[in-house]
Amino acid sequence: MAKLNLNVNGVTKAVDVDPSMPLLWVLRETLGMTGTKYSCGIAQCGACTVHLDGQPIRSCVLPVSAVSESTKITTIEGLSEDLSHPVQKAWAQLDVPQCGYCQPGMMMAAAGLLNNKPNATDADIDREVTNICRCGTFQRVREGIHLAQDIMKSTKA
Amino acid sequence: MKSSIHMTRRRFVLGSLSAGAGLSLGVLPALELSAGHHGGDVLDEVNAWVTIGSDDSVTIRIARSEMGQGTLTGLAQLVAEELECDWEKVTWSFPTPGDNLKRKRIWGSFSTGGSQGVRSSQQYVREGGAAARMMLVAEAADQWGVPAASCRVEKGVIYHDPTKRSLRYGEVAAVASRQAVPTEVALKDPADWTIAGQPLKRLDTLEKLDGSLIYGADIQLPEMLVASIVDCPVMGGSLKGFDDTKALKMPGVKAVVPVKTQTGTDGVAVVGTSWWHANEALKQLNIEWDLGPNAQMNDASITALLESGLDASEAFNGNWEGDVESALSDAVTRVEAIYKVPAQNHAPMEPMNATARYTSERCEVWCPTQNGEAALAAASEASGLPIEQCEVYKTILGGGFGRRGAADYVHQVVAIAMQFPGTPIKLQWSREEDQMHGFYHPTTMAKMRGSLDEAGNLTGLHMRISGQSIIAGLMPQRLVNGADFVTFQGVVKGGLNPGMDDHQMCYSIPNLKVDHAMRNPAVRPGFWRGVNVNQNAIYLECFMDELAHKAGRDPLEFRLALLKDKPKAAAVLQAVADKGAWGTEDGLGRGLAVLYAFGSYVAACAEVTVTDGELKMHRIVAATDCGTAVNPQQIAAQVEGSFVYGLSAALLSQITFDSGVVQEKNFDRYPSMRIKDMPKVETIVMPSGGVYGGVGEPTIAVAAPAVLNAIFAATGQRVRTLPVARQLASA
Repeated sequence: MAKLNLNVNGVTKAVDVDPSMPLLWVLRETLGMTGTKYSCGIAQCGACTVHLDGQPIRSCVLPVSAVSESTKITTIEGLSEDLSHPVQKAWAQLDVPQCGYCQPGMMMAAAGLLNNKPNATDADIDREVTNICRCGTFQRVREGIHLAQDIMKSTKA
Repeated sequence: MKSSIHMTRRRFVLGSLSAGAGLSLGVLPALELSAGHHGGDVLDEVNAWVTIGSDDSVTIRIARSEMGQGTLTGLAQLVAEELECDWEKVTWSFPTPGDNLKRKRIWGSFSTGGSQGVRSSQQYVREGGAAARMMLVAEAADQWGVPAASCRVEKGVIYHDPTKRSLRYGEVAAVASRQAVPTEVALKDPADWTIAGQPLKRLDTLEKLDGSLIYGADIQLPEMLVASIVDCPVMGGSLKGFDDTKALKMPGVKAVVPVKTQTGTDGVAVVGTSWWHANEALKQLNIEWDLGPNAQMNDASITALLESGLDASEAFNGNWEGDVESALSDAVTRVEAIYKVPAQNHAPMEPMNATARYTSERCEVWCPTQNGEAALAAASEASGLPIEQCEVYKTILGGGFGRRGAADYVHQVVAIAMQFPGTPIKLQWSREEDQMHGFYHPTTMAKMRGSLDEAGNLTGLHMRISGQSIIAGLMPQRLVNGADFVTFQGVVKGGLNPGMDDHQMCYSIPNLKVDHAMRNPAVRPGFWRGVNVNQNAIYLECFMDELAHKAGRDPLEFRLALLKDKPKAAAVLQAVADKGAWGTEDGLGRGLAVLYAFGSYVAACAEVTVTDGELKMHRIVAATDCGTAVNPQQIAAQVEGSFVYGLSAALLSQITFDSGVVQEKNFDRYPSMRIKDMPKVETIVMPSGGVYGGVGEPTIAVAAPAVLNAIFAATGQRVRTLPVARQLASA
């Protein structure tokens, strides 16, 4: 066991955990933040996607000990306080989720793409949003990313 | 603007839940969870379907499960339409199966499958909404001392125009239940609908956008322990022993327990405070299995079994006209082809899970289930307690697709919880367990034989299905003289369900036989999205394409000629051909498919190219005539999603066996479509009125044959064994 400090959604959390435990399970079980989902456990599906310093990563295979105290972890619970992130607004407007289980990871992947590429093209989306959704919401996910881009631009203007 | 009002209210609702959660690290009190969503401060039941708070908030009770298909919102729209309440004030809750039992099944069936959610309950939920409205009006009329007939309702406000008086629903709801329950209710003409029939936003979206929705996998209860399980990797095998020395030394591990259930589980679970450690500990048990009688099964043995039925003399008849053998022997041209469809897993994103708390007096289960009543029965059977002492609290499902109609995981969690009386146990399956212990899409083959006359008309068709029966595997008591008519979904004579023409074949063929040589490998079959229509539509619609080409006729014209008795089928086919630019010479391969399934007429036109063996799907135009469209934008969502699910199966994935063990244990070997693979889907919703047809499943069946036919148009290559992908690569 190891005593670690994690910066989760802007709050420092002290945890005493097995250092080999994946970040996903520290979030879900040690911290009780269940928005980030378990689905495959082998970094295939992306349901566990969170941001480390704004970059999307798959938390189901990342040992918590690999996350430094200074790294800013953002989970779906911290994407915004009030559903005001452009991705959340776009997802609400287009009614993107079906069962919704993959959507926290999908939205974090989308938000991460937009952090890196505010003008992401369809080709960028194809390459970088590789999450699995078995309900098949991809068409609206794609529309949602483009709508989020529009929302980002209109709020900046 | 609509969503912002919903957003405010939803945040309030969730706020009250998460306030409790914050006090104890996300622990949800059982009572709060079981009650589900509250829409206001004081909730008063007008009738079983409707409760209205003094703040006018309307909570509509939804008996069917929500797994993404949108039934929750559609049913609420139907109730709200008749209730004539303000849609902006509507929220929802799940009644419990235990309450349903106590109240003599006042909410009807909880079963959610077969695209029946709206279809089989629309009548009584609309009547429930109308009855509640009449009681609210009667109460207001009594208070005013005027005839109810002189009152009117608009958006949850009752008016008596002659005296210019009004009362809000919230002002009379508390006492409205004292009014006599109406014995006769008149329902609105859908032409007058303002809530139902509209493309409204889902009621369950916002809490899916910030991680606050509690799925079964997310349940946390005070003092709860978590468990991971491994069942015998070969169906029918059993646990011989294990060594728990190492596992018990791992962090948080409390116990290692054998788990044996009435539904065939014979495995072992690790119980502890952390699921990840419990799951890791499972790998340290050195488990010894008796693999049982199916340990020799592999793909070759399954294929040989299926092939043995292709020409077998004995088969169950599902459809027949004239004399197909004479037609075949008299044919100018005979066409023959053999197709094969493999087993598939459901693989919902949320792997199977359930939580249970057992005492000698009571057994409670929290779980995502497509059939709350079956889960309740399972809790009773597994615990040995009378059903009145059991309860099930449903969550929204992280995908279902048919898998969660089964209750095997409920049996398992209760079996574990009984070894820890009073302590809640959450059983979470690993993805590997979910892949290896599915109720798989049945695997079948088909031998198709057709006869054409000199003019290229289809004179006879024999469709011999050989393979697995779901009914034989799951509910053999429902076989009819040994036959499983569900096998004939989409190609049956007359219709599958009593009183409905569901699933009958659309084509009028003078000499026809569709029959089934049942061949059941030792693979547990199950209902799946669409299920038997998926392969039946591939067999029928790909072979129709083959026949048309052999006859030298246009596949659209060839089909339309055979659909002369089914104008609605012809209409959806024509619609996709028109919008899909059928007949255009532009370098794209186009393929068609049409079917009548789950009470809806559906068709698709796919556009593809194949370059160096790589398939690119550009666009699929889909049309659906579901009779009555309750929420057109959700219908479009279901069509889009059904194509992803159906094409993932047709193009990419399959379940195979080696030595009785499933080989595709995770998404690395069981690939699923991703955003880059998704074609643009254009949905035409063209309801012709009357019936309520299914929506979640019908279109899945036309996706694969339309794409397969488009592949032929693009390449001249017929792919008859699924999945497709590697075959094009090697071509």
